[in-house]
Amino acid sequence: MIRTAKLVARKDLRIELRSRVLAWQVLPFGVMALLLCGLALGPNAAGRSHAGPGLFYIVVTLMALLMINRSQAIESNKGTKASVATLGLDPAGVFLGKAAALTLEMWFASGVLLVGTVLFLHVDRAKTLVATPSIAVTIAALSLAGTLYGALTSSQNSTVTLLPILALPAFAPLLIAGERSYSAEVYGGGSQVWWSLLLIALVAYTSIGVLLYGVMEES
Amino acid sequence: MRASVHLLDAVVVANGFPLISGTTLTIEQGTVNVIKGANGAGKTSLLQLIGGLLPLSNGEGNVAGIDLSRNDRREVRRHVGWLGHEGSFYEDLTVRENLTFACEALSINPELIRSALERVELNHRIDTRAKDLSAGQRRRVGIAWLLLRRPEIWLLDEPYASVDSAGREFLENIIGDAAKAGATVILSSHDDLKLGKQKFRTITMAGGRVMSGS
Amino acid sequence: MMTELSRRALGPLSLLLLALTFWLGYFVTPPDQVQGDLVRLLYIHPAMAWVALYVSFGTATVASAMYLWPRTRSDALDRIAHSAMEVSVFFIALTLITGSIWGRPTWGVWWAWDARLTSTAILGVFALGYLALRRANDDREVRARRSAVFAILTAINVPIIHFSVIWWKTLHQGASVFTSNRTLKVHGSMAFTLLLSFVAFTLTFFWFLRIRYRIEVARDHQSHRKLVSSIEQRRNEVPAS
Repeated sequence: MIRTAKLVARKDLRIELRSRVLAWQVLPFGVMALLLCGLALGPNAAGRSHAGPGLFYIVVTLMALLMINRSQAIESNKGTKASVATLGLDPAGVFLGKAAALTLEMWFASGVLLVGTVLFLHVDRAKTLVATPSIAVTIAALSLAGTLYGALTSSQNSTVTLLPILALPAFAPLLIAGERSYSAEVYGGGSQVWWSLLLIALVAYTSIGVLLYGVMEES
Repeated sequence: MRASVHLLDAVVVANGFPLISGTTLTIEQGTVNVIKGANGAGKTSLLQLIGGLLPLSNGEGNVAGIDLSRNDRREVRRHVGWLGHEGSFYEDLTVRENLTFACEALSINPELIRSALERVELNHRIDTRAKDLSAGQRRRVGIAWLLLRRPEIWLLDEPYASVDSAGREFLENIIGDAAKAGATVILSSHDDLKLGKQKFRTITMAGGRVMSGS
Repeated sequence: MMTELSRRALGPLSLLLLALTFWLGYFVTPPDQVQGDLVRLLYIHPAMAWVALYVSFGTATVASAMYLWPRTRSDALDRIAHSAMEVSVFFIALTLITGSIWGRPTWGVWWAWDARLTSTAILGVFALGYLALRRANDDREVRARRSAVFAILTAINVPIIHFSVIWWKTLHQGASVFTSNRTLKVHGSMAFTLLLSFVAFTLTFFWFLRIRYRIEVARDHQSHRKLVSSIEQRRNEVPAS
């Protein structure tokens, strides 16, 4: 399982490095979305309000949806599907590999977005750095969940439109937990309970993915 | 001779449509078999069923000793090699990266990649991305993979489509060598084939079932 | 014989108990000292929420899990999961509507960012997502497998909803029926009507489920007949020579 996971993660990351979809399409979109959030708040409120962490996570979600679609699209070519299927890869390993690659890509993307959040929305830089571990865990949980929902909607008639309606309700508690813990670090408050929710989600999505990814792959 | 493939009244339904409408077929190990038929006759679906790429909806089936009704299609796929009309593996990876990925997945020595590519005369494109290859070159990558993998059952979907006479001869040699080595070769074609000196059996399909040659 | 009788009795019995609940809740029970007549919503809203969030989601989850388990896999379980999820959409909608009717005079707004309200709405979107996923798949087996996985994933979110009530600062009224040490909070005719409403709505759920299941069976028979005839048609396709 781990061997397959490494193989798949390496392959996905190599494809990403080659195609640069994240760098040239998704990241510019994310930065633009963050700027639009600032514009929507208005020139005075953008710096003063406590909306920075929430807006950061909204943009992360939008980028995650694009990246999940991309991660599944790599596999969706008919010829690719047939030839890869005959390799008989362990589905649990494929799930972990794809989720790991997506997590790394999303960590990179959110690193850039955090710079934007500090610059455009004036969230405290030092406190943002302290919040980095909770952000990293939230994004890992989002990537695990996203890989599962991406597989559920892959090869459907309406993959692009189906993914948001399936994934967003599941993302909601993760985003709340992520936003609350980020806000707790920046503006004060307890974050322990949100940490536990994130860790539970991380374990739950990993276990379900390892157990059930094969069911979706088979169909 | 042992049967590589045995189907009895096999039915495959996808999206409510019967791709295979109750077919009976036995294919022996080490033979070359050409499935002939018009477009939509069910040739590709039959290959996909044998390769574990489509589930058996009804009837009985056995491929490489594995019962298809047990629904363990992953196990079936370990015994087959597939060459489709479309390119194999990943468009954004180079020929070398694609073959290395496949070799590592099946614990095959990646050092054999060069000799397989030499055999299909594609060594000079080893570092070219799959999407930059021509249709014929992509097919050669697929064949190189089959040579590396040496599967028990070769499933070739319209391998002669858009192939020139040199390519035809080359493919005939490869198929002949595979059969000599004990592999079962099943290929589809919508027109008549002449496989040179290679002995082969023609299976005719229409309406999702085998009409003759079963 | 007995089973058939109880099946036939399910509909009339559900209707009778619902009517009794409405009659007791509207005409017999007294108004509340604090909430006045608004308390009458208590006889339908918690029972609807119970059916929407626990009974129907629970049925769909158990049926889906059993479908995914190779030894218990059957088309009937897929039908049950689908039917339960569809009925749950109806009850979630009713829960949100009755909740809003209660919220307007109590909180002053039709919608508040209350934990339980928001979570119920999210679960409603999950249920709609389940139905959307089913519609996106034409292949029977693919549809059944994927929607079963989705139902299991949705089940993970139910405890999150439960705990979010405690973790979030909520506006929602606390538990209506039981106190923390599991004794009844309401008494007399109010307690009886409240408990009756739970029975009535639960029975109604199973009645709806049964109707929906039978529609699904009829649909499956119809598509089976269609499939048999299309297999016959396909077998007779003559190649153009």
